[in-house]
Amino acid sequence: MMTFLLKIIAGAALMLLAGIFAILFEGLDRVIHAKMQRRVGPPVLQAFYDLLKLLGKENITPRSGNKWMFNTAPWFSVAVTLLVFMYIPIGSLPAILGNSGGLILIIYLLGLSAVMMALGGFSSGNPIANVGAQREMILMMSYELPLAVVVTTMAWLAYKLGLPGQPFSVETFVATPVWGVVGKAGILGLLLLFVSLVLVVPGETGKGIMDIPEAKTEILEGLTIEYSGTNLAMIHLAISLRALAMSGVIVGLFIPWSLGASLGLHGAVLFFIDFIWFWIKTFAVAITGVTLIRTAFGRFKIWQASYFYWIKIAGLALAGMILLSLDVLL
Amino acid sequence: MASENKKTYKIPIGPVHVGLKEPITAWLDLDGESITNATIRPGAIHRGIEFMARDRNPIQVISLSERICGICSFSHVVCFVRAVENVADMPVPARAQYIRAIVLELERIHSHVLWAGVACYTIGFDSAFHLGMLLREKVMDILEAFTGNRVNYGMGTIGGVRWDVTPAVNQALRDMIQYYRDEFDAFYDVVTEDPIAKARMRDVGVLSREDAISYCALGPTARASGIRCDLRWSAPYEAYGDMDIKPIVPQDYYGEVHGDVFDRFLVRVLEVYQSLDIIEACLDGLPEGPIMTEPKIPKLLGQLKKADGMGWGAIEAPRGDDTHVLKLTAGDENVTWWKVRAPTYSNAVSWPIMFKNNELADAPLIINSVDPCISCMERMLITDKGQDTGKVVTKSELLERCRDKTRRLMQG
Repeated sequence: MMTFLLKIIAGAALMLLAGIFAILFEGLDRVIHAKMQRRVGPPVLQAFYDLLKLLGKENITPRSGNKWMFNTAPWFSVAVTLLVFMYIPIGSLPAILGNSGGLILIIYLLGLSAVMMALGGFSSGNPIANVGAQREMILMMSYELPLAVVVTTMAWLAYKLGLPGQPFSVETFVATPVWGVVGKAGILGLLLLFVSLVLVVPGETGKGIMDIPEAKTEILEGLTIEYSGTNLAMIHLAISLRALAMSGVIVGLFIPWSLGASLGLHGAVLFFIDFIWFWIKTFAVAITGVTLIRTAFGRFKIWQASYFYWIKIAGLALAGMILLSLDVLL
Repeated sequence: MASENKKTYKIPIGPVHVGLKEPITAWLDLDGESITNATIRPGAIHRGIEFMARDRNPIQVISLSERICGICSFSHVVCFVRAVENVADMPVPARAQYIRAIVLELERIHSHVLWAGVACYTIGFDSAFHLGMLLREKVMDILEAFTGNRVNYGMGTIGGVRWDVTPAVNQALRDMIQYYRDEFDAFYDVVTEDPIAKARMRDVGVLSREDAISYCALGPTARASGIRCDLRWSAPYEAYGDMDIKPIVPQDYYGEVHGDVFDRFLVRVLEVYQSLDIIEACLDGLPEGPIMTEPKIPKLLGQLKKADGMGWGAIEAPRGDDTHVLKLTAGDENVTWWKVRAPTYSNAVSWPIMFKNNELADAPLIINSVDPCISCMERMLITDKGQDTGKVVTKSELLERCRDKTRRLMQG
């Protein structure tokens, strides 16, 4: 009973923090994006102000839409994305629900979040939102393939090498960084997997090269076109949360090293330092995956995005998979 | 993919759309993402400028013609002024001709840099868009230093120009040329190197050479389809007769013509370099002398009052061939009538062809690719929406009405 209560409290606190960090990430993303474009940019807290403003605005539901679905979808999307953080170990702290789910569940939750947003778009009854929602679904199906390849390879690696812990749990990879347990070909393979996973982040968030479901110069913010007020705030939050959740998974899988442990810290200080360290790493991955890519490139068309993920990134991931298998089996 | 009995659905792009600079509507019939049919509905920004001109004298119409368009304002002024000079048989001093050419080329740089930025914005490449806005500032600053204004320059007058190139302006212009030669390469890189920009623009919105000819495409749109047409080259005016200007066509650079958005981008970017060369040549060869034939405006008006007949002016505006035709009647101070044919009017006709076999994602890019200037274009659209079911008057009806009007004007 005690652990159950503790888990609820810890989970609620972590969800709150993740939400705040997600908004902070959006603010940082805008500032860094602006600096790289030789602009002054907004204050870092602008994303907070925007969110607060949106929260105070009226929710308008389109007459032709499915009201129930339209209003639930954004909240559901945020909720399931927040759940992802329950399965990621934050620094040296174990994942709150780590025993009851792992990578498969995380993929499922991230997918569910995208599906929820697409459902919200479909239920608005707006043809432009409809196009956006279709694009969101296609995009999701596209990036799921490299994501699945990476996750299964990692789990197979953990299983084959007999890493302590469940193969599909992120904690396994945090406890034993995979870079140390494979040979030279394996390191190259891991690098390929890492790169392909980082390139999934823009797809997951629909930003930059994958700004396709919400392409504002094409389909006027696409699936969010009819959203306003609190619902829109939730959609923005869900998108930022997905960037962070995905980056958190990448940190857990590929950059798990603990700063506190290498400094020889113990106890609460270790947990605290590693907690901060985890978020720094997550932000770094998210800024690479979202901000840098969206500054450097334009946007794909949807079939080009599918091609990019199905052929190029999946190919990269498969090459990584083959290299790793060769390294482990031979 | 598309089955025969599948229902298409309609999506409007415009009249107000994030990807468009100006109000125009394209109703797209979509099957999934692909466009099966497109209907262009202009008519949102008609202002009746030609009508307004009829109770103003030519000097007053100069500032009116300047306000036809925000970007190619000086092109319209030069075109109008040349039409008036044509009627009144008025000479223009050589120095004024050179200064007109300089400002026209500055305007072309402004227009093309802005367009390149907006095209990048349309494909979601915001960094290049902001770079474009940054580069555009420079030419606007120079225009401000030269003429005192950033958009409507107030530079042209009948029989000359109103501001001279002072040594300081000369130096500023040369600095600007150097600045652009150093900084503009980023856009050139977008054309040639960025893989995503190339994927988005190559083979999108194709206008074949034959279609470009039969649908009367003009300016960079036609040149991107491989047609060598440039009034600066084929019918030189102002100082261009003294320059060595070749129309820029993609086959000279890449050996092949696609007639797509990529080629239009390439042509415009290369034209910026060409404009820099022309400005430099103009500054080097700037003749001495007066800049106006008749500086006293009442005296000039007196001369123009005596002029009688029809005059026309046609110049190569940034978007293509801009033509003004007008009539002055002896003894009447005002412009009898005035007709503006802006390049977008011709280019807009080829939009439905460009839309064929493209995707929704390309639609704003295709609309932008001809660099539409809707406020230039909209001079003669009549709808009978008030009485009827919203039917737009067809081309032949419009032509008939136009002829009727001309007949009326010639009699009265």
